[in-house]
Amino acid sequence: MLEGLMIGLATAFSFTNILMVIGGCLIGTFIGMLPGLGPMSIIAIMIPVAISIGDPSAALILLAGVYYGAIFGGSTSSILINAPGVASTVASSFDGYPLARQGKAGKALTVAAISSFAGGTIGAILLMIFAPALSSVALLFGSPEYFALMVVGLSAIAAFAGTGQVAKALLMTFAGLMLATIGEGVLFNMPRFTFGIMDLQSGLGFITLAMAMFALPEALYLVLDPSRSKTEDGNNEIKDLRITRAEARQIAPVIGRQSIQGFLIGVLPGAGATIASFLGYAVERNIATKEEQEQFGKGSLKGLAAPESANNAACTGSFVPLLTLGIPGSGTTAILLGALIALNVQPGPRLMIDEPEIFWAVIISMYLGNLVLLILNLPLIPYIAKVLLVPRTFLIPFILFFTMMGAYIGQNNATELLLLVGLGVAATILRFADYPLAPLLIGFILGPMLENNFSRSMNLYDGIGFVVERPMTLGLLILAAFLIVLPSYRARRARIRAMGVADGD
Amino acid sequence: MKSFNMTRRVVMAAAAAALTLGTPAVAGGHQIVDSIHFLIPGGAGGGWDGTARGTGEALTAAGLVGSASYENMSGGGGGKAIGYLIENAESQHGTLMVNSTPIVIRSLTGVFPQNFRDLTLVAGTIGDYAAMVVGKDSPVNSMADLVAAYQADPRGTAIGGGSVPGGLDHLVAAIVMKAAGENPADVKYIPYDAGGEAMAALLSGEIAALSTGFSEAIALADAGEVKIIGITAPERVSSYADAPTMIEQGIDAEFVNWRGFFGAPDLPADKLAAYQAAFAKMYETEEWETVRAQNGWVNIYNNGDDFRSFLENQEQVIGDLMRELGFL
Repeated sequence: MLEGLMIGLATAFSFTNILMVIGGCLIGTFIGMLPGLGPMSIIAIMIPVAISIGDPSAALILLAGVYYGAIFGGSTSSILINAPGVASTVASSFDGYPLARQGKAGKALTVAAISSFAGGTIGAILLMIFAPALSSVALLFGSPEYFALMVVGLSAIAAFAGTGQVAKALLMTFAGLMLATIGEGVLFNMPRFTFGIMDLQSGLGFITLAMAMFALPEALYLVLDPSRSKTEDGNNEIKDLRITRAEARQIAPVIGRQSIQGFLIGVLPGAGATIASFLGYAVERNIATKEEQEQFGKGSLKGLAAPESANNAACTGSFVPLLTLGIPGSGTTAILLGALIALNVQPGPRLMIDEPEIFWAVIISMYLGNLVLLILNLPLIPYIAKVLLVPRTFLIPFILFFTMMGAYIGQNNATELLLLVGLGVAATILRFADYPLAPLLIGFILGPMLENNFSRSMNLYDGIGFVVERPMTLGLLILAAFLIVLPSYRARRARIRAMGVADGD
Repeated sequence: MKSFNMTRRVVMAAAAAALTLGTPAVAGGHQIVDSIHFLIPGGAGGGWDGTARGTGEALTAAGLVGSASYENMSGGGGGKAIGYLIENAESQHGTLMVNSTPIVIRSLTGVFPQNFRDLTLVAGTIGDYAAMVVGKDSPVNSMADLVAAYQADPRGTAIGGGSVPGGLDHLVAAIVMKAAGENPADVKYIPYDAGGEAMAALLSGEIAALSTGFSEAIALADAGEVKIIGITAPERVSSYADAPTMIEQGIDAEFVNWRGFFGAPDLPADKLAAYQAAFAKMYETEEWETVRAQNGWVNIYNNGDDFRSFLENQEQVIGDLMRELGFL
């Protein structure tokens, strides 16, 4: 581990990579602040830029910086104008906005910045301890185990989809799996589902699909829903960033608890920063004393510190399954996974053995990134917050320009533009119908791996026998079945109970 | 398709080439061609991309060509770029398309309707031999050991590779096993789509041997991960003289995965001669040697008619083999 640390330090502190950290954090903070643009959209837009860098470490450092930068930045708009930039900072507005209304915006931003910094840093330390331990099982994994792992990764989507969303999430996952079969598969040298169209022969591009799912619908949404396009007045004067010693003592244990809890939730595939922040808020509210509970929702510092440290720690935690198992825990890490594959890096148990510099450089860059964000957010926040005054109408052409450019640049193929627009319109319709889009992208990315490992196993074991011959494969598949059945069972039970209440009425 | 062979070095060379794009050439008195537009049938960062940009960089840096520009046109497994070059032949006299062994394989399998005869053959410029490797702790130490293991347990002795079944690495495995006296259609070939994945399979014993490019094999052997048990070169190669050839082990198998350049159909003779002269001169330059060494390429110069007979021969060998394997 010490050796790895040294490699990571050497890589992360190269001039380019420091630039990537700072650049990523800046972009993430600015765009994360703008209501409506979540980390997924920002990362989708940034992917072509990252891929053109060519060096996987630098690309991942940049994208990771954008990711936690966006979560940092999202809290600013939650606090100042009660319009969360990203879903995972919704819980921050519960107490952050009341604080701002009381004229304590500066204090709230300071608490948010410190909690985020602590959450991110503690998360990075835990990542450093956790990931190598998980990685040590690398050689136990053959093709059958990878197949089973992919099934677990896909089932986890169902487990963590919201109530009543299980069927929709599964449906979108299958849609993603189907889209992944278009083109020449790795295992068959015959084109499939191309309808004889030569441009479909190499399959759908990941970049095109990611931007069609997460960037284009944002722009269309801003047009179709003008109420979101009006500029906030941002009249909350930011002053007095200091917090007192007593206040620090009050929030310190909250930060400690929520950093660890948030990290653990982030590690679970399917759960992410959003769930972690809500859960963090709920837990802290429940264990607070009676008088403190009264304060929650009216401007409690604890209520602000809890989601802020939880969401940043969860964001770091979600890198554990990505870097060690190669399965994405969330839509955002799915996009990161796709970007790594596009750069010819296969994340998985062997990443730490094959490419230790990528693994360690990303972790080291997280410490650096959190420091950069602390500096950005404490002294500079009153100036950065001016971004909130930018009219949304300027945002739309910006998003359109970058998605179009990004889709075209990688392949120099105009067909990508047609696909981008077609898929983007379809994605917007699905969003209006309240279908989650992240499962589709996860299905699309895991699909080829699922299929390849399955057919390899079938070939190696001359049939389906590997399922029972390999105990770990069997165990993982049972876990997957459990993950699918559990939420529908819980939903059923909840329905039955709800009916019971209705009866008693 | 050969993402497997694309090492980081190629990417870096491509990036370096991209950086030099647009810098004025050191116009020496010996400039042969004013400019070349390289058409790359795949996306940025692939093997074709690295070859075109590396070659263009060497040609311009050495002053043989005034300036080079590059265009990536992916789609149809390379077929889109071939179609484009043929349809717009008259306006494409300044364009050279890079391609490699897959143009032969893919026109045989009908991925695209054209084949190399529809284009003007300029030159095959570089190549890479194929190699069989085993894990560093494997009991197999030679091709004889591998064949013996295969005879003892044909279903349990799988050979892995980085291409689709019927693709390059599979064909090499089939050529080698056929020359060793086995039925190539019975050999279990397992495809992987990333270098790390295939290495993990080799180390865990999922596959007994891995069929891969020689330059890739050298990188793995230098890292101490694999033993090279046979290469498809006619004689040992100086860049890694420890690797025995198939021929010296009594297996009569030779194969080279070439990369070269094609022009539009009916390219004027004077243009063709100028391009060929530029490539011929390129091998003597220091600039080329730098690019070549960085990427671990082997110089294989095949001009015009030699290139044609080489390709026809390769088409014959691969076609026969694919029929035997049941792919045609």
